[in-house]
Amino acid sequence: MTTVSAPVKSRRFSKKEADDSGVFARRWFTPYLLIAPGTLWLLIFFIIPLFSLGRLSLKSGGLSNYSTVISDNSTVIVRTFVYASIATIAAIIIGYPLAYVIANKGGRFKNLLLALVVLPFFVTYLVRTLSWKILLFDGGPVVNILHSVGVLNEGQGILGSPFAVVAALTYNFLPFMVLPIYVSLEKMDRRLLEAAADLYSSPARAFRRVTLPLSLPGLFAGTLLTFIPAAGDFVNSELLGSERTVMIGNIIEKNFGKEFFRPELSALSFMLMAIILVGVIIYARILGTEELA
Amino acid sequence: MTQQATQEGLSTPTSGYDPSTSIIEIDHVTKSFGSFTAVDDANFSIAQGEFFSMLGPSGCGKTTTLRMIAGFEQPTSGAIRLDGTDVSRVPPNKRDVNTVFQQYALFPHMNVFDNVAFGPRSRKASKDEIAKRVPELLEIVRLADFANRRPSQLSGGQQQRVALARALVNLPKALLLDEPLGALDLKLRHAMQFELKRIQREVGITFVYVTHDQEEALTMSDRIAVMSDGRVEQIGTPTEIYDNPASVFVAGFIGQANLWPGTVTGRSGETADIVALGGASLKGRCQSEALRSGTDAVLMVRPERITISTNDPGPTIQRVRGTVVDLTFQGPIVRLVLHTSDDTPIIANIDPDHDLPMLRPGDNVWASWSTNAASVLPASPDHPLTATDVVDEG
Repeated sequence: MTTVSAPVKSRRFSKKEADDSGVFARRWFTPYLLIAPGTLWLLIFFIIPLFSLGRLSLKSGGLSNYSTVISDNSTVIVRTFVYASIATIAAIIIGYPLAYVIANKGGRFKNLLLALVVLPFFVTYLVRTLSWKILLFDGGPVVNILHSVGVLNEGQGILGSPFAVVAALTYNFLPFMVLPIYVSLEKMDRRLLEAAADLYSSPARAFRRVTLPLSLPGLFAGTLLTFIPAAGDFVNSELLGSERTVMIGNIIEKNFGKEFFRPELSALSFMLMAIILVGVIIYARILGTEELA
Repeated sequence: MTQQATQEGLSTPTSGYDPSTSIIEIDHVTKSFGSFTAVDDANFSIAQGEFFSMLGPSGCGKTTTLRMIAGFEQPTSGAIRLDGTDVSRVPPNKRDVNTVFQQYALFPHMNVFDNVAFGPRSRKASKDEIAKRVPELLEIVRLADFANRRPSQLSGGQQQRVALARALVNLPKALLLDEPLGALDLKLRHAMQFELKRIQREVGITFVYVTHDQEEALTMSDRIAVMSDGRVEQIGTPTEIYDNPASVFVAGFIGQANLWPGTVTGRSGETADIVALGGASLKGRCQSEALRSGTDAVLMVRPERITISTNDPGPTIQRVRGTVVDLTFQGPIVRLVLHTSDDTPIIANIDPDHDLPMLRPGDNVWASWSTNAASVLPASPDHPLTATDVVDEG
């Protein structure tokens, strides 16, 4: 009771006092209150639509909807994951060294260089991709140069080719690869590399045994952030591709506009999700990232 | 604490090393970063099996010297020789020395075993050899049951011992330790000091130890290099450095010291006459060639070497008259502050058994000490004496 009546202005409570007086006592529902908005949001805009989509995918044909969808679109499904995989690998090949250089050699230009990585994001996704069209069209600067160098034969173009789609996918999702890798490299203790060198490791071995394992969480996050949207993407194929480069996203997007409630489309969406989920789980198992967290 | 260190310091050296076989030679090494000289013409050698400390305040160049021996920095001029071979430009991974880092720098993604096995694996040791040697080392540092733990699951002291095992498993020509106990609390630090000495005796490897803690250096070292502002001020055994400091800086940095300014009035061999403490004519040991009659100097006497008496102890001993200003009971000792006629403070540590009548502030007494206990040091423009740091707590 003295605690309550005492002048408490600007006085700090010890934990014990707080518990006794009840002022800061933990209430059992506080954590639930804190996650309530997020839960509600996901429930209304994610779980419920997902559930109805799932139910729709089983209408009229039941599970046979799935087999139909797979046999009808097998080429597209395979192509989608091949494209997404190549784009992800390319993003690793380009992004890892980039993140490494910024983290280790960036010095006082670190923030500037990071800003440059993110800079394309100040322009809309659509406009960014459309601008590639301007760069790559037949008779445009890139194609002209490639013709004169002899990489492309007369009459050959880039637009509409798988190369254009995969390259644009890589470009569009590259920052999602660079940033998480950068973060994990940046927070790494530099003295670990000194320790590795002190323990007779060449720079190459120190990278393999110390830097790379310690950046795996970033690499893992970057891979997911690149691969998942790339696998579901339709914009790149739509704007820069052709019939040869149709991805799952294109089929869903095209047909959802016309016939909104077709069970096969719902089944296709679920397929996409399921394959990505399984892929991610396998990937996580291989990298074993829980241990690193 | 200081007192205790002193006594332990006096009982060293403990481990047997052969001063004639040097394993590391620092040959006129200077290291500059831009216009800043971190290490200025360091020139000494470290013997095989020796426990050698580099001691000094932060920024004195001790860590830079250690990093040059390890290979993380290259000397701007001069040479570093390891077992006779110039390694000044050899990268760290090709030098046969290992480091225990200040914050240990254990690999967080590996367990204790893999951390310790890192060096042998780099050198392509066989699986059998690793399976034999790593547990051996874990046994020595008493972590045999922790081989499968991650560093994050260990206490600071345990991490320290992993770092030690990880370095020692390679049986380097020298082990370099950069303030290895700095992150530990006082009690653990004392335990680890003892452990380090035990391990060093057990493995017989040269230890090069960097610390800013004078007590640690006195307790553990065979020899100490005291550094200040990039220069080596003095190298010697703990006893030599404590009893016979070469400079005002060393006297003030190691242990407590009365430092009184005065003027040299005469010189005969290793003894100098000095006038200090309000005109008293005194004597002290003197090694500096530069001190001659007429030069400014500093007289140094350790507080525990001073005896207090109410009667004149006679002219055969160094003595000054003073007035008691302050008495402080400090557990094992009583600390007495006197002022001479010109208000120069004299600090004396007296043990409680000392046969003395009850002293009170204002009493007139004699402070005396043997000639052997006094050193006459060159006055230093870098370390001017002020009233407040006449006695340095170290």
